[in-house]
Amino acid sequence: MSVKAHLVVERPAFRLDLRISAAAGEVVALLGPNGAGKTTALRALAGLTALNGGRVELDGAEVHHLPPERRGIGVVFQDYLLFPHLSALDNVAFGPRCQGLGKAAARRVAAELLDRVGLAGHAHVRPGRLSGGQAQRVALARALAVRPRLLLLDEPLAALDAHTRLEIRAELRRHLADFDGATILVTHDALDAMVLAHRLVVIENGAVVQTGTPSEIARHPRTDYVARLVGLNLYRGQTDGDQVVVGEVRFSSAERLTGPAFVAFPPSAVALYRSRPDGSPRNLWQAVIDGIERHGDHVRVHLRGPIPLLADVTPAAAADLDLTPGRDVWAAVKATETHAYPA
Amino acid sequence: MTRSVRARAPRARMPWPLLVPALAGLAFLVLPLAGLLVRAPWATLPGRLAEPRVLEALRLSLVTATIATVVCLLLGVPLAWLLARTTLPGRRVLRALVTVPLVLPPVVGGVALLLVLGRRGLVGQWLYDAFGVSLPFTTTGVVVAEAFVAMPFLVIAVEGALRAADQRYEEAAATLGASRWTVFRRVTLPMVAPGVLAGAVLCWARALGEFGATITFAGNFPGRTQTMPLAVYLALETDPDAAIVLSLVLLAVSVIVLAGLRDRWVGAA
Repeated sequence: MSVKAHLVVERPAFRLDLRISAAAGEVVALLGPNGAGKTTALRALAGLTALNGGRVELDGAEVHHLPPERRGIGVVFQDYLLFPHLSALDNVAFGPRCQGLGKAAARRVAAELLDRVGLAGHAHVRPGRLSGGQAQRVALARALAVRPRLLLLDEPLAALDAHTRLEIRAELRRHLADFDGATILVTHDALDAMVLAHRLVVIENGAVVQTGTPSEIARHPRTDYVARLVGLNLYRGQTDGDQVVVGEVRFSSAERLTGPAFVAFPPSAVALYRSRPDGSPRNLWQAVIDGIERHGDHVRVHLRGPIPLLADVTPAAAADLDLTPGRDVWAAVKATETHAYPA
Repeated sequence: MTRSVRARAPRARMPWPLLVPALAGLAFLVLPLAGLLVRAPWATLPGRLAEPRVLEALRLSLVTATIATVVCLLLGVPLAWLLARTTLPGRRVLRALVTVPLVLPPVVGGVALLLVLGRRGLVGQWLYDAFGVSLPFTTTGVVVAEAFVAMPFLVIAVEGALRAADQRYEEAAATLGASRWTVFRRVTLPMVAPGVLAGAVLCWARALGEFGATITFAGNFPGRTQTMPLAVYLALETDPDAAIVLSLVLLAVSVIVLAGLRDRWVGAA
């Protein structure tokens, strides 16, 4: 029940070259911006897009030469693709029927799965009359009904509204925990990935840029895209003693490093001042306000200067500082909240 | 009251250069049918309808058109699938060939059928020698002529429906373990069913009205190959009132079919 794949798909002006694996019971999230090749990777795994190179192994056996119907890979599509002419029950029973089960037996399997996703009462409803959340659950039940060795989910929560999303995310996490095969899910939403997956594979432009557990990735982003996803300021610089030099700015940090290094800190670690503050001269520089936006219960300030910077301040502080675009301010970052790690 | 007046206002402002030809066109289409109704011998109608010749022609027409439609479905749906879903090199030429009977004068179609399936034809000769089967001037010949003329209507309708259908549903079915045949049977076909039905209705109507190819290939033998349109044409020479009655029957059948299917399926397609 494990998958190991090296996927190479070539398109005009695009090349996907990706190694990905997932063990039995493991949930791996393939995270990346739009156009990074996430869906292409998923389709290649399922056999819906031909590989130009590489291999797909399930439990050590090669399957990339098999058509999709013989791979034993279940897929939950982004817009679910429930067959509109079949009831929810028959949608779920479709797979077992194809595997040779009789009509009654297949329906029994389907009814059980629908019950497990909490939709026993909707068995005879056509997909057109299901809500988004219900359709998502039917799609999951349909994919699980074939007892796949590998389960693929393409943006499983993207089509849901914010409220349903919260509910379905928690539920999906529970169902994935019950599933004993490997799971690979594709998403561009960092929160979905962090909540649902044991391990993250971040891809950009068809190639892996970072892998790790959610907490590793959240603490130590290695690209601007990942940093934005997890809401951190990220810079690449050079170590100099106990400091990391990024352009004209020097950061002190607790970690002792050598060579090139990343520095990361949350926007909330930044303090802004109208005039140069007294005291600690380190991690301090002059910046210009680029823009201001509301961000949750605080104000997010975009700054330019020697390095681009995001800072979160309270609405009261924003009013006191009279923050307007174009104004010069002093930015200071608390050393204790700055993380440095090897690049 | 005010609302209904307002709702009508935009229609009343239709420009004259469009309105006049539009009304003329409508009259052109409706008047001949009205004329048929006006001139119909209503008093003697029931008796004439019960005439064996009329009933025979009607029965023959319905049976042959229905069989021809079934033949078209069995051959045409797979052909439409081939045109819509495969990337054969000569697909464009194929599609052009399929649509030829659509624009070909039916008489020419009948001549072509005779040359190929006639007793001395390319295929007909072999059919006769090997099986003793001769198609021309038989009821089977009527079905062949009707299917030849009507099949393009079905193929084009079904191909359009197949192209419009979202192929990702077929991919979803494949990931659930469905073979290509199962995908076609349980996903593709049900999803394009409205298009298939619309095509079948068009095909049936075309087969029912077929004249040129039928009279050329199958002849005009009452009870065997004389379908309604042939009977109408013949009756016009000898007994115009009978021709009107037969025409009325064909008109009624057409209207019934359209009214029965339009809202339920054809309109939705």
